[in-house]
Order: sequence, then structure tokens, then C-alpha cells
Amino acid sequence: MTPLAGYLLVAALMFAIGLAGALTRRNAILVLIGIELMLNAANLNLIAFWRYSPHPEALTGMMFAIFSIAVAAAEAAVGLGLVISIHRHAHTTDLDHMNRMKG
Amino acid sequence: MSLVFYLLSALAVAGALSAVLLKNTVHCALALTVAFAGLALLFLELDAQFAGFAQILVYIGAVAILIVFAILLTRGSETPKDGVYSRNWLAGLVIAAAVFAVLGWAVLQSAWTLPHETAVPAVTVHDIGVALVGRYVLPLEIVALLLTAATIGAVIVARHEKEEAK
Amino acid sequence: MQDAISFTPQLAASPVTQILWLIPTLPIVASGLIALLKQPKRGAAAALSIGSLSLSLLLSLVAFSHVVAGWAHGAAVRETVNFTWLQFGISNVDLGWVLDPLSAVMLVMVSFVGLLIFIYSIGYMAHDENFTRFFCFLSLFAGAMLGVVISNSLLLLFMSWELVGLTSYLLIGFWYQKPSAAAAAKKAFLTTRVGDIFFLLGIVWLFAQTGTLLFYNHGAGSLEGWALAGLLAQPAALGLTAAGAIGLLIFAGAAGKSGQLPLHVWLPDAMEGPTPVSALIHAATMVAAGVYLIARVYPLVQAGALAGGTTAALTVVTWVGASTALFAALIAVAQNDIKRILAYSTISQLGYMMAGLGLGGVAVGMFHLITHAFFKALLFLGAGSVIHGCHEEQDVRRMGGLKAVMPRTFLTYAIGMLALCGFPLVFSGFWSKDGILEAAHHWSVAQAPFYMLVLGALLTAFYMTRQVSYVFFGAYRGHKQAHESPVVMTVPLAILAFFAIALGAIGTPAWPWFRAFLEGRAASFNLHSFVEPGLLALMTTSSLVVFLGLGLGWWIYGNKSPKAEAPDALEQAAPWIWAVLRDKFYVDEIYGFTVIAFYSWWARVADWFDRRVWGGVVAGVAWMFRLWAQLNRFLDTNVVDGTFDKGCEEISTSGGLLARIQNGRVQSYLRILALAVVALVAILIWSSRP
Repeated sequence: MTPLAGYLLVAALMFAIGLAGALTRRNAILVLIGIELMLNAANLNLIAFWRYSPHPEALTGMMFAIFSIAVAAAEAAVGLGLVISIHRHAHTTDLDHMNRMKG
Repeated sequence: MSLVFYLLSALAVAGALSAVLLKNTVHCALALTVAFAGLALLFLELDAQFAGFAQILVYIGAVAILIVFAILLTRGSETPKDGVYSRNWLAGLVIAAAVFAVLGWAVLQSAWTLPHETAVPAVTVHDIGVALVGRYVLPLEIVALLLTAATIGAVIVARHEKEEAK
Repeated sequence: MQDAISFTPQLAASPVTQILWLIPTLPIVASGLIALLKQPKRGAAAALSIGSLSLSLLLSLVAFSHVVAGWAHGAAVRETVNFTWLQFGISNVDLGWVLDPLSAVMLVMVSFVGLLIFIYSIGYMAHDENFTRFFCFLSLFAGAMLGVVISNSLLLLFMSWELVGLTSYLLIGFWYQKPSAAAAAKKAFLTTRVGDIFFLLGIVWLFAQTGTLLFYNHGAGSLEGWALAGLLAQPAALGLTAAGAIGLLIFAGAAGKSGQLPLHVWLPDAMEGPTPVSALIHAATMVAAGVYLIARVYPLVQAGALAGGTTAALTVVTWVGASTALFAALIAVAQNDIKRILAYSTISQLGYMMAGLGLGGVAVGMFHLITHAFFKALLFLGAGSVIHGCHEEQDVRRMGGLKAVMPRTFLTYAIGMLALCGFPLVFSGFWSKDGILEAAHHWSVAQAPFYMLVLGALLTAFYMTRQVSYVFFGAYRGHKQAHESPVVMTVPLAILAFFAIALGAIGTPAWPWFRAFLEGRAASFNLHSFVEPGLLALMTTSSLVVFLGLGLGWWIYGNKSPKAEAPDALEQAAPWIWAVLRDKFYVDEIYGFTVIAFYSWWARVADWFDRRVWGGVVAGVAWMFRLWAQLNRFLDTNVVDGTFDKGCEEISTSGGLLARIQNGRVQSYLRILALAVVALVAILIWSSRP
């Protein structure tokens, strides 16, 4: 197994773990944590592919990863703000109790 | 597959697992920080120094703190009475496992096409800076705009509502 | 036995023959118009019917004179007008009418006697409230009878025949509120029906054998050479040829209509109708239609006879006729109703006519038919006058001494009675009856009919004397005062009486005009014909027989006036024989036992069959249909509707189930998303494998 495959597998594992967390935990913040983990796993994928690409000096992968980090940060901010706002209304962060969009 | 790789991977994966499995939400956030750190080190291992340090700065320095703040503001540190896992947690687990299986299968399927060791790329910060304001200036500006919008948005979303109806 | 009539080849139809169809049509149209009138319009009804029949008489006289003119010039006239009525496939059904001596004399007789009776009816039915209906039916009858006379097609004849039967039914049952009248009408219709069935069989067989029902059609008719030869060549059952068998079948129909022996039972009961009806229909015309029919199809019944010989069909006709003559005469002796005596007398004389046809040929039988029409109509009208004058009394034992009260009636009645008895030389009945006796005497097969007919003549004289003594002589035994009838009734009597005498002149051996006319030969006045061997002896014999009968009758019943309740003189002498004769030889009772009993049993069987079997079948079919309907409803409700409802339910349920995906919980949305992505990626990877 090549090193790249190893990194990819690790990234896949982290992605799966992050997904499992997003899908199984009750707390909304834990879901966001899972999403962050998924994004990080994708970043790892990007960097790994950049490192083992034929033309790393084009910096494509690196740029992608950096922008991904920036966007992830923005998204985490907005998401957490939303969770706080919801908590103010529903007085809970339990996702099982939030089914007002039901229908 | 060097030993460093295995160690760092184990650290990242362990951090991730803990972040997902622990009962106390604050412990989860801290475990997430460990996962972030492991990843940053992996980036360094992959000769992507700038990405690694950016990871530490942004994720550990900002996102994780933000998460802790959110936890504290939503009283997430208290243990909920129904348990931390949702009702159909097994379904979620199975789906996650399926995703991993598919991804792993994809990787292993094409493992023989993946390139082997290549030369270490000679990349300096100078090069990154030149690329950012040269070739990738448009995404840079857009990301800047995005960050602005996100900041303002987060503030608006999260602040206390005034008395008048909005 | 005469030779077969051979006419000169058919002449083309003259204008008279072209309009011959008007003769029956006018009275029928008048009948239709009268049917539209209301009952009080008596004058209009009488005027329409008498007017139309007068026109028919006029046309008949014109036709008759045309035929006579032709005969005088030596041509035997037979003109026909034929037309096709139906066509099916390659065969035709043709109708048509014929003008020849036979139809000409019948036309004149029917319309003349009919007209006189119509005029008589004005007086007789004056007090009846259904006057208009009476004349409607009378006109219809007259038209139908005239239709029978002029028919050249057996089918047209049959149609008119049936119409005559219908009007007879309507007129016998004219006073339908009387149960006996309604029953008598039904009896008449049903009994003649029995004969008509055989008649119809004969028609069908004739059509099947010869392909035509026309009598004369320029050589192609069913009574002409080619068809007859074919019929003779075809054998039927019992040693008969087809011609003989068809002839016998047609004779069965004639026997029904003319009251021959087994089918005579309706005629005495038909006296329930008004007297003019009895006179017209059951004396002069309708009952004579059977005799006319046999005369019309005579070539058929005579086919195959060698010169001087006879055929099986004619033999049957003779025997039936002779038996009827004797049988009815015996019964007439013991009757007490004035009209019944005349009815049995009519049956007896019809027997004479049939015997005359069988023994002597068309001319012999037809001459008696013509003379009988006049004197029997006269007798019936006279009886009607008597009944009218005695205030509707019909029992002769309650009459008597009317000679002084009703002189005109008595005189004309006496003339009719003597003509019926065959009083020598003066009266027409003598000559016509003598013609039959002469033919019987010379019959080659047997002499028994001759003796039967002679005995019948004796009895005729006897019972007529009895009747006349009871009615006109002795003392009056009735309740109310009798009176003479009005002029409108006695004038027709006088006219008929004149003809009862005068017609004798055309049938004497000295000048056999009638026979010659019918046969298309020349007639000459020849007194020497009286000295033919045996003729004078025969005439003397018959005269003696008549005198014997008259004398016996006068001796027993004479001027005496027995009380109404006292038994008859003969009854006292021979009570058993009297009972049998009075009860008509129990023929009606025998029929009641056998035919009618069987028929009611059969009707009950048929009713049971109809109700149980066919009704059961129908009910079964209905039950099956209901079952089917119920099955269909079950299927429809449960299977079709059920399927549909179930399907809708399932859709609704599955919709409900699917709606659970939209539970508003983010995590489940995420899960489904992830699942879908997994599936898609798997597919992608799978499909891009090398």
C-alpha cells in the first residue's frame, strides 16, 4: 500500500467517524463537531493528493485546503450562532425534540 | 508508511473517536482539539507547513474555542436526561460504516494506480503568497467577502432580540 | 255423370271484369264508414249499406248480362284478372278474380237476396238500439261473401271465407249480453275452424304441388289441364291421388261451413242471432259458400273420373251429403222452436246440395242452391215476421191460427213451404230436388243415397206440414194479441215468393237453361225431353212422396191445436224415438264427452305445463339472472371496489409511511442523504471498474 492510500484511508476513517457523530448524537453542537471533523478529513485528503501529485508546485491542493479552512471557520461561526439562537427559543439543543419542520 | 505516520494517525483518529463518543460535551470539544492537532501534525508530515500552521491557528485557535463558548452558552455541559445518543443511533452508525466501506473500497480498488514516493515539493511561503494574490486572487477576495458576511450574520443571528418584533 | 266442362280458351278481361272488384269492395267500404257513425244515426247507416249493396247488385246484373250475352253468342265466357300479391324467392302468391257463369249467377243471387234482407231488416231491427252496428256487420258480411264468389285464387277465397266466418260470429253473437248467444257464436266459430284447418292444409298442399293457387290463369292455373295432370300423377295415402286428397281436405272445410254431418252442430245454435241474420247467413248465402266452394274446385274433385264414372272424393261428398240430408230431416221432426225446425231443414237441404254435386255435377247442385236460397230466405223472413207479430214468441206450441191475423205472411210462407217440400211442377223446389233425385237414381256406385234422399223428402214434407199447422192453423195459444208485420217486411217476402215459383222455369228438363248456361252449351226448349225413359216415373214417384208426407202431416197435426204443455202426438205414440230425435241424436252430448272433454283436459295439461314447465324455465332463467346479478354485485363490491379501495388504502398508507421521512428532524434527513450518497458512489465505482 502506497503512502497516499494510507493517508486516504485515514481521511476516510475520520470522515466516517465524523459522520457517525453527526448522525447519532443528540446535541446540535456535537453534530457541528462531527461536521468539522468531516471537513478536516476532506482537507487531509486534499493535502495528501497535493503532496503526491505530479506538479505540486502549482499549489492547487494547498490553496484548496486553505480556502476550505477559511470557509469551514465561517460556517462554524454561523452554525454555532444559529444553535445559540435556537437554544434561546426552544431552551434545548436536543435534536430529537426539534421537529417543527415536520410535514 | 513510516512509524510517524501511524502514530500521528492514531492520535488524530483517537481524538476524533473521543470527540464523538464522550458524554460530556466539553470533553468532546477538547478531544476535538486533540484531533485538530493530530491533523495539523499530519499536514506537517506531508510537507504542507503553511496548511498545518493555518490549521492550528484557525481550527484550534478559533473554531474549537468558539465551540466551547457555544457549549457553555447553551448549557451543553449538563448531561441530558435522555442520554447522549439519539433514538436510532444504530442506523446512523450503520450508515457511517457503509460510507467508510464505500470510501475504503474506492481507495483499495484504485490503490495500484496511486503514485508512489515523489520528491519533496520545494514550496515557500513566498510562493504561496504570490499564488494567493496572483492566480487565486478572485477566490481570495470572495473568501474575504464570505468571512465578512459570516461574521455579520453570526452576530445578527446570535444576538438577543430587541423587544420590537423582527 | 256429366262430361268435364270445357270452355273456350279464356278471353281477355273485358271492362266489366276489370271493375268486378268493386262488387265486394263497396259494401266493405260502407261497413267501414258505418263503423265510424254513432249509434243514433240509423238513417245514414241503413242508407249506406243498402245503397252500397244496390250498387253491387247493379254491377252484378251488368256482369251477368255480359256473360249471358257471351253465352248467347256461343262463347263460354271465363275472364280473369290476376295480379301478384307476394313474391318470395322465385315463387309468387297471386290473387285475382274471375267472371264466369258460376260466379255470375252467385253474384246476382247473393246481392239480390241480400238486398231484400237488408230492406227487411230496417223493419225488423227498428226497435233494437244497436241498429247501426247491425248494418255495419251486415255490410261487412255482404262484401266478404261477394269476395268469396268472385275469387279466382284459393288464397283470396280463403281470406274472404275467414272474413265471412268472422262476421257470422259477430252477427250470431249480436245480442252478446245473452250468454246463450255468446256461447253459440263461439261454438259456430270453433266448429267451422275445425273444418278450416283441413281447408288450409289442402291449400298448402295444392300450392306445394302445383306452385300456384290461382284457379284459372290462361292454362297455368291449378284447375287447368297441366296442374291437374300433375296432381293425378302424384299418389297420396289410402289409394287416393293428390287431387283426390286435396279435394277431400277442401271438402272438410266446406263441410264445416255448410253444416255437413259431423260439423253441423253449430247451425241450430246459430239461431240465437236475429232472424235476418239467420235468413241471410244461415240459409241463403254463407252456408251455401261451402257448396259453392266445391262447385268452384269441381275440376279438382272430379279429376281422374272416367266418362260416366266417379272419383273417390266425389263418392265421399255424396255419402256425406245424403247422410246429412236424412239425419237432419229426422231431427227436424221433433223440434218445437220455429227457427230450429228451419235450421235443421237447412242442414238437410245442404246435404241435398252436396249430394247433388257428388251425384250429378255442378249444375245439379248449384240449381238447388239457387232455388233454396230464395225459398229458405223467404221461410226465415216469414218466421221472423211471425216472431215479430207474436211479440218475440218462438215456440210453435204457443202460436196458432195466425192464418187469419197475418194473411200476407201466411200466403208467402205457404209458397215457401211448398217450394221446400218440392210440390210438383209449380214450385222451383220440385225441379231442383228432382234433378238431384234423378242423378241419384242413375248413380253407378250404389242406390242407397237415392233411398235416403227420397226418405228425406218425405220427412221434409212431414215436418213442414207439422210446423205450418202448429203456426198458422188451429186456435191461437199465445199470450198477447198477434198482428201483421209492416209493409217494409212483407214486400221482400212477396218478392222472394215470386222467385220461389219463377225460378223453376229455368231448370226444367224441357228447357234446361241453367245447366246449359253453366256448362257453356246451347239450350233449347224441348218438351220431348220429358219422355226420356224413367224420367216421368221418377217425377211421379217424387210427387207421390211429397203428397204422402203432406197428407201424413195434415192427418196427425191438421187443424188441431194441442195445448202447449201437452205432449206431441208422435211423442205419445213413440216416446223413445221422439226423445232421441228431440235431443238431436245426442251428438252434442257425445261431443261434450269426447272432444270437448279431451280438449279441456288437454287445456288443463297445457296450462299446467305452461305454468310449471315453461314457467319454471322462465323462473329458472330469471333466478339464474338474479344469481348472476348477485355474483356481479358481489364481485363488484368486493373484488373491484375492494381492489380499488384497497389500492387507495395502500397508497394512503404508504403515503403515510413515506411521510414519516418528513419528520422535521435534521439528523434523519442527514442520514438519508448519507445513505443516498453511499448508494450513488457505490454505483459509480462499480460502473467504472475496468
